[in-house]
Amino acid sequence: MENRSLISISNLSKRFKVGNGEFLALKNINLSIAEGEFTGLVGPSGSGKTTLLNIIGSLDIPSDGTAEVLGKSISTLSHKQAAMLRNLNIGFIFQTYNLLPVYTVFENVEFALLLQKKTFAERKIAVMEALDWVGLTDKVKSKPSQLSGGECQRVAIARAMVKRPQIVLADEPSANLDAKNSHHIVQTMKRLNKELKTTFIFATHDEKVMQYLDRIISLKDGEIEKDEFVNHAKNE
Amino acid sequence: MIKFLFKGVIRDRGRSVLPIIVVSIGAMFTVILHCWINGIMVESLTMNANFNNGHVKINTRAYAKEASQMPIDLAIIGVNKLTKELKLSNPDFDWVHRTRFGALIDFPDSIGETRAQGPVTGWAIDLFSSGSNEADRFNISEALVSGKIPAKSSEALLSIDLAQKFNIKPGEEFTLFGTSMDGSMVFRNFSVSGIVRFGSSAIDRGAIIIDISDAQLALQMEDAASEILGFFNTGKYNDEIANNIAASFNKKYASSMDEFAPEMITFKQQEGMADLLNISETMSSIFIFVFVFAMSVVLWNAGLLGSLRRFNEFGVRLALGEGKNHIYKTIIFEGVFVGLIGTMIGTAIGLLFSYILQEKGLDISGMMKNSTLMMPAVARASITPSAIYIGFIPGVLSMVLGSALAGIRIYKRKTASLFKELEV
Ligand SMILES: Nc1ncnc2c1ncn2[C@@H]1O[C@H](COP(=O)(O)OP(=O)(O)OP(=O)(O)O)[C@@H](O)[C@H]1O
Ligand SMILES: [Mg+2]
Repeated sequence: MENRSLISISNLSKRFKVGNGEFLALKNINLSIAEGEFTGLVGPSGSGKTTLLNIIGSLDIPSDGTAEVLGKSISTLSHKQAAMLRNLNIGFIFQTYNLLPVYTVFENVEFALLLQKKTFAERKIAVMEALDWVGLTDKVKSKPSQLSGGECQRVAIARAMVKRPQIVLADEPSANLDAKNSHHIVQTMKRLNKELKTTFIFATHDEKVMQYLDRIISLKDGEIEKDEFVNHAKNE
Repeated sequence: MIKFLFKGVIRDRGRSVLPIIVVSIGAMFTVILHCWINGIMVESLTMNANFNNGHVKINTRAYAKEASQMPIDLAIIGVNKLTKELKLSNPDFDWVHRTRFGALIDFPDSIGETRAQGPVTGWAIDLFSSGSNEADRFNISEALVSGKIPAKSSEALLSIDLAQKFNIKPGEEFTLFGTSMDGSMVFRNFSVSGIVRFGSSAIDRGAIIIDISDAQLALQMEDAASEILGFFNTGKYNDEIANNIAASFNKKYASSMDEFAPEMITFKQQEGMADLLNISETMSSIFIFVFVFAMSVVLWNAGLLGSLRRFNEFGVRLALGEGKNHIYKTIIFEGVFVGLIGTMIGTAIGLLFSYILQEKGLDISGMMKNSTLMMPAVARASITPSAIYIGFIPGVLSMVLGSALAGIRIYKRKTASLFKELEV
């Protein structure tokens, strides 16, 4: 893969204050992720997956070292610039779908575009397309409470994808889903990754997810233990 | 975006119902109290004009200085001529003259010994001449508890408290002891034609009402009266016109040094009136302030609970790239929206209650027992145009304040742990 690097992290450490002391959650991370990757951060609980994902997503900043995302150094961004980066370029998918319960499927997906001040016509086309990607065009008027877990997570994928971000960060997206739905949503994302060249970065310890990944970055105690590209050819 | 927020507020009952109820209640009370204070004020002012001051009032300069003592020796002499002139030059007014005096009344028993005796304020007004509006101004037909309006000379109305204290019935006779204009003792017999209750303790406590001609006879005040009052024929006080008339009237006597020269003041110029007019506004403002404060505290806490409930929502919105400032603004915007809805509901209910209070009134005579102010015993609300918008001040202000305080929390959110607190 000689694609240009979307994300480059060098000598990154992250410390958290715990009581009087400090806890080193990420230690000297060096990492580069290129456009179009379908990558996973894997590792046991507490290994620092979410912490790293948060920094890439400009929700948090490194304590040491640098994290450059789309050419912007995360630690130097103002609140507003970080929000702008998330709004335009980064989609999030969470373990607990986090759909807004009072809004319909359509409105949940639409929200990111409202923030971008897109017109209704533009929003409608984009939302319907995104719902089409995840196979939920028949549920536009439903409320999240009327959907199954798998459907909720698919709405969340549509919400992340509707603005066609370069990067989608998915933190344990399958943790609350059964096997069938887990496969389904990862397959959906894999398809979008192929079709739209969207870069996906997962944090997961779910084997079902891992088998789809093109690259597995193993974290342990805040350090990269292994970083390997997977050759799917032999599995298929 | 605005539509999006509307949908959220309307669909999320938990977000809107409690604040709307709080705002409604506050707006409702504001409207009711405003109308009520206003009603009491309007009625007090009307009573004050009718009983005391007219829309314009003429006394001698000397009398005006000591008016509270009712010094009939300083009364206006030549009232008939003066009144006639005023009627000619200012036909838009109804001109009347009255005399107020202090006296003692004495009810004899069957053998002529004193049965009961007490001081009274005497009101001598024009009851007998045809076309006189004075009986209406005093609302005597309404005020009559028993008996009837004096129809001939030497008949008097007695105020209710006195009648009850002395156990007097219409038809009984009494002797009035007073001082004449030139300072000598005078007395004259009257019979009680009726008992009146005006609803204002200041009068009901101890007053008699007689015809002006009887007073002139009894007090030896030929062609004299303590005051001449002018009332707008429209019934409505107009400060500008009143000021003009008073100015041109007073100009005629400007060069005179005579202590007994007449002097005209307007309704508003009378002592304490400006303050009285301010009271209603001040009281309304105080209530509004108190409501804004109390409701803001409640709504602040409601807002805090609300943002706790919406923790997840704000987290998602931050993750989706909405700025904290923007979220804060939307919280305030929702506050304005909810405040407006609540105020509209509260104002509607408040106007309804005010209307009932306007029609029925509430008896406050118990509170007014010792008041010397001319206040109505039955307080009625009076709906004014300002009642329609006054509720919006506390309604919207408190909601915005409450939301603004509660919303500050959004700035304390760490984007790094958007959902942590929820993922137990
Ligand atoms: N805000 C924080 N303050 C203190 N410590 C934190 C904070 N966030 C994370 N940590 C610690 O950093 C370490 C890494 O946490 P992180 O959430 O990244 O783990 P993870 O790999 O995502 O685990 P899991 O699989 O359970 O989600 C943990 O030990 C955690 O306790
Ligand atoms: Mg995690």
